[in-house]
Amino acid sequence: MTEINKILVCLKRVVDYNVRVRIKPDGSGISLDGVKMSINPFDEIALEEALRIKERDEAKEIIVVSIGTQENQQQLRSGLAMGADRAILVETPEKLEPLAIAKTLMALVNREVPQLVMMGKQSIDDDNNQTGQMLAALWDRPQATFASKLTFKSGTAVATREVDAGLEVISIDLPAVVTSDLRLNEPRYVKLPEIMKAKKKLLETIPLIKLGVESTTQFRSLTTEPPPQRPKGVMVSDVPELVQSLRDRGLV
Amino acid sequence: MSRVLVIAEHNQDSLNPSTAKCVTCARSFEAETIDIVVFAKEGDQIAAQAATLEGVTTVIRIDHPANEFMLAATLAPQVIELAADYTHIFGPSGTFGKDLMPRVAALLGVGQLSDIMDAETAFRFKRPIYAGNAITTVETSEDHVVIATVRTASYTASEQTGQAVVETRSLSADLPKHTRFIELRGDAENKRPDLQTAARVVSGGRALGSKENFKLIYQLADVLGAGVGASRAAVDSGYVGNDLQVGQTGKIISPDLYIAVGISGAIQHLTGIKDAGTIVAINKDEKAPLFEIADFGLAADLFDVVPELIKVLRE
Repeated sequence: MTEINKILVCLKRVVDYNVRVRIKPDGSGISLDGVKMSINPFDEIALEEALRIKERDEAKEIIVVSIGTQENQQQLRSGLAMGADRAILVETPEKLEPLAIAKTLMALVNREVPQLVMMGKQSIDDDNNQTGQMLAALWDRPQATFASKLTFKSGTAVATREVDAGLEVISIDLPAVVTSDLRLNEPRYVKLPEIMKAKKKLLETIPLIKLGVESTTQFRSLTTEPPPQRPKGVMVSDVPELVQSLRDRGLV
Repeated sequence: MSRVLVIAEHNQDSLNPSTAKCVTCARSFEAETIDIVVFAKEGDQIAAQAATLEGVTTVIRIDHPANEFMLAATLAPQVIELAADYTHIFGPSGTFGKDLMPRVAALLGVGQLSDIMDAETAFRFKRPIYAGNAITTVETSEDHVVIATVRTASYTASEQTGQAVVETRSLSADLPKHTRFIELRGDAENKRPDLQTAARVVSGGRALGSKENFKLIYQLADVLGAGVGASRAAVDSGYVGNDLQVGQTGKIISPDLYIAVGISGAIQHLTGIKDAGTIVAINKDEKAPLFEIADFGLAADLFDVVPELIKVLRE
């Protein structure tokens, strides 16, 4: 019972989550020289979910999308190796703000007409947590953010959302945008034969200007600096000493 | 001059303190007017609470049956109708604000700033990136309305000494029906102070080993009148629900006292507690990263230490 024609999954190229980021001494940003880059982990979870939906015969085609330079081919090829059917790279040398990203995705939605667009709830570099919601707004369609469970039934999706008060369950009509939280699934490991197979899959490049999206910028980053450090603390040897220390600070 | 609108976060019964923190952020750059809008099913009580916040001029109350569940898709078109009167629209940085504010911004055709932690001017803000490992200062164009979420751990709540006017309005926005609330499942066991606003918080980690053992954390919290939190590992192991998770992908908190029990201190957990007043770490592993940022560290077995701590504090 296939309900979904296509799922568009967005993959952002970010500094790998294991890398300890270095701030440039002149405060102009984060040093990306020679740093390992990967698919944003939350986006990888979104792709894993899309693949599982397809494996349950609830979707026909999974398309991965990335916006950036030719280097983003690496992340798209990883997505194809995980099991996506084809890839689209929207090429631009500029660093787009989330609204421009959402407009770009909207142009792709108009072109591909998917029933579902999935991506991570946020990227682990800028931590914005905006793009999915913005796309849903531009598309005038439902959004299920922070999803930790997703099922489908007769043209609707039921999503469990990890909200501050607990788990919120909502039902949304398709098409829709779903953003994934950590507990949605655990992404698969890619095996070598799949990497070879992925090389033969279609990866289309579209220059950003061809989509007719203007990339206006509204925000200007002035400086980037390390966070304030907490003063070094002390080790106490036992419970009485701990309690005394807390009493001295008037905390207990 | 800045005219700021704050979107109230609430659960239909009480106003979430996150709202008062957004007000403090607006007061920090001396906004000319600060209004709060309360979208609710029946918002008389919430609006009355919002009206007591120092610095607020007007509380706009908008009652609608569709506002019972605070869905972004339903609220965003209503916020848009109010937007023309304001230079800034703020929401809190929890899941409520994060869900809503980008949708509002995109409908207005403007960008959005996430997690304001400091306002240098009405148009220049500091915000954390890379899980709080870097702080960036961002300037936004004065030609656009500033849509933002306010990092609540960075601000104290505005005092309850104000007397704002409450104004009831009805809006004409066409509300979508494509999104429907089904249910909210919270942690029914947890009747303790709210994690996000508690002055003291006790958190447990993977080292607790089981849901049963996690009761130790509840006992310690009760002696202290503290809220209860947990590391991601403890949540993933099923000891507690996700609503207790402290960290980058859970709640970012700033209690006066934070006691971490059996939590090694992954970077994503540290991000959630860096603004706490005093941090105490109890862990058997003396190399646990949490000891590096803790004010007081005790390298010992939690199953010995916590019962003793409970006993000493009771006396």
